[in-house]
Amino acid sequence: MGKVIVTEDDFDIAQEMASLKQSGVGAIASFVGIVRDHADGPSLIAMTLEHYEGMTEQEISSIIDIACDRWPLADVTVIHRIGRLLPHENIVFVGTASAHREAAFESAHFIMDYLKTSAPFWKQEETEAGASWVDARDSDDTALEKWR
Amino acid sequence: MKIRYFAWMREHTGVSSEELVLPAEINTVGQLAEHLKAMSDGHKIALRNMKTVRVAVNQKYAQLDSQISDHDEVAFFPPVTGG
Repeated sequence: MGKVIVTEDDFDIAQEMASLKQSGVGAIASFVGIVRDHADGPSLIAMTLEHYEGMTEQEISSIIDIACDRWPLADVTVIHRIGRLLPHENIVFVGTASAHREAAFESAHFIMDYLKTSAPFWKQEETEAGASWVDARDSDDTALEKWR
Repeated sequence: MKIRYFAWMREHTGVSSEELVLPAEINTVGQLAEHLKAMSDGHKIALRNMKTVRVAVNQKYAQLDSQISDHDEVAFFPPVTGG
């Protein structure tokens, strides 16, 4: 169930919310991740996202399947951008539709936490000092503990 | 078989993917990594710390002791940083 898109193109948040609304349920929750304008200090010029085509889509689909087993969801949308993105551009959209707000909120949070630690994307930051790959954060791994 | 590398590991190996005939004595991902390290200085650097490297076999997460065969696609990559 749900929609998974990995693309270089930007997404239209209102259009995605309207699409989730088609499920006819009473609650829609969404999360949008946006490129920051600094990289732990220096100003960020751009961020480039690389991914493992094929595995990325499978991993995100399996996260959605787990979420659907856990919460009564009517629809889910996950969009993740790749390529070179500038500060303030959208990176990721997660939207969940359910009859209950708790299920919509919690499942969107769950999907983001799992996506961050298992979907094969890698960020490279460009600053005036040059380009550097972003290190994985331990805090992303500990964020998963609340769902166990 | 097909070997894939991503992010900074790809920069070290100099290739995003390469074809390899799996030697008969290699049965696991960990043994394959040891074999690949001998291919170039860049491969050696990319695969120097296997504790921090993530691996996938046929686009599913795997372990260093996962079994592999010659028609598999094996990927090596750093911990993921999407979202």
